[in-house]
Amino acid sequence: MLSPALDQPKSQPKWVRSLLSPDVLAPIIVGLVLLAAWELAVRLTDTPHYILPGPILILQTLATDWPTLFPSWFVTMKIAFTALVAATLSGLFVAILFAQSKWIERSFFPYAVLLQTTPIVAVAPLIIIWLRNNTFAALVVCAWIVAFFPIVSNTVLGLNSVDPSLANLFKLNKANRWQTLWHLRLPTSLPYFLAGLRISGGLALIGAVVAEFVAGTGGTQSGLAYQILMAGYNLQIPRMFAALLLITVSGITIFALLSALSNYLLKDWHASAMKHEN
Amino acid sequence: MIVSTLPNAIAMQTQPILTLEHVGKTYANGTVALKDFNLVVEPGTITSLVGPSGCGKSTVLRIISELGDLTTGRLTWQSSDSHKLAYVFQEAALMPWATVIDNIRLPLKLAGVPKREALELTSEAIAQVGLQGFERVYPRELSGGMQMRASIARALVTRPNVLLMDEPFGALDEMTRGKLNQDLLQLQHQRNLTILFVTHSIYEAVYLAHRVVVMASKPGRVVAEIAIDSPHPREPDYRTSAQFNRYCRDVSHSLSAAMGESLALAL
Repeated sequence: MLSPALDQPKSQPKWVRSLLSPDVLAPIIVGLVLLAAWELAVRLTDTPHYILPGPILILQTLATDWPTLFPSWFVTMKIAFTALVAATLSGLFVAILFAQSKWIERSFFPYAVLLQTTPIVAVAPLIIIWLRNNTFAALVVCAWIVAFFPIVSNTVLGLNSVDPSLANLFKLNKANRWQTLWHLRLPTSLPYFLAGLRISGGLALIGAVVAEFVAGTGGTQSGLAYQILMAGYNLQIPRMFAALLLITVSGITIFALLSALSNYLLKDWHASAMKHEN
Repeated sequence: MIVSTLPNAIAMQTQPILTLEHVGKTYANGTVALKDFNLVVEPGTITSLVGPSGCGKSTVLRIISELGDLTTGRLTWQSSDSHKLAYVFQEAALMPWATVIDNIRLPLKLAGVPKREALELTSEAIAQVGLQGFERVYPRELSGGMQMRASIARALVTRPNVLLMDEPFGALDEMTRGKLNQDLLQLQHQRNLTILFVTHSIYEAVYLAHRVVVMASKPGRVVAEIAIDSPHPREPDYRTSAQFNRYCRDVSHSLSAAMGESLALAL
């Protein structure tokens, strides 16, 4: 079966063609079908909008409540983005540290695991209290806790997955520890790091939302979790769904962007990003 | 059974570049990889180590290159600066994230050679192995033979005088192998390289070498050293000559005899 992409005139730029490729069109078509089914079900059963709103109502609410929802979305995204950047930098630093010596790794790795298994729901209120003068910072810390571990774990694995022949080559050429790190171990770890980053992107967003849910904010610096809570209390269910929609779309977009970054960086040499021609 | 033919008279007059005396290697788990290995390497010669898997031939290269230590015995270089080593592995082992030119330039980069000089030396090495035009290509886009050429260029870029090669052409097809064998002979002659070449192909060993060291396994040891007294570099029809066939037969016989001996030793 010829893919639709092959039928397009070559005059269209590559990114347009890739957007219209089966990989992108198929899930969109499935999504549209499901949304249509949802709308139909809600109308046919006459479900009240405060139980389950239909997709059309949700989109309308999103448009009308945009002035309230958009600033909150922006706050949530700021928290998630800051947490992701912090997790990336600290994750890289710790992973490189762990890769320097097996003893360091063995001694400290369990504490990195501890971070992963910490339930944010339980810890967030404490952190908010400890950082009471800076809610933003407290929420960033919570989101950082969930986003940190995948980057450390994956990057450490990558740093230790060097091709033994290449390791020998560097040894034969009397490369010092830093040359080996920079020219061999870090490039080797890039695919692993990017895999961890893709996971952490979504987790940073979830962490930002959950932390706010549990800890609460309010005022001008409130995020989408606050909007969802308030909408819930006031039975403004379509608005709640609209906020959830924003979170979902943001999560998908973050993942898509990080995947695109991964493919761009690895396109020349890693099997995950290359076209296989047989 | 040790069969030792006298090395060629001219070689005897120069000092050996490398000597291994009673070298042995035993691993922690008790495996005897190498036992009582003796070798004298003359400069400007190709010495082939041939034998079945597990006979210690790769171990010898690792010991010479200091990637592994010896358990017993002694390794002596003619002088501490007489040797500049390079190693060619069984797999091309190129960095997949770097282009051909960056891969070949790596040893110079690690040694801190300034960029302009490094690029000159790299272009020279690329020309020597016939990879001109492929500088900006990534390893995944190269065939096996070309990857191996890149690996050899990388080994040559530091202008070594001793080349250690561990079954470099093992994974290649017959034709590419033949071509690379010829190129290697030419290279050796041009640069007067000393080469230690490990192979499990008797034909390749006899074709390339001034001297073939036949090894056996369990324990890893030398069973014969056969000097190949044919003109070097080889005449074009050497592979079909009677001399070539005779030497191959000799090596083959030593190997079979050695396998019988190993069985006896094991019992």
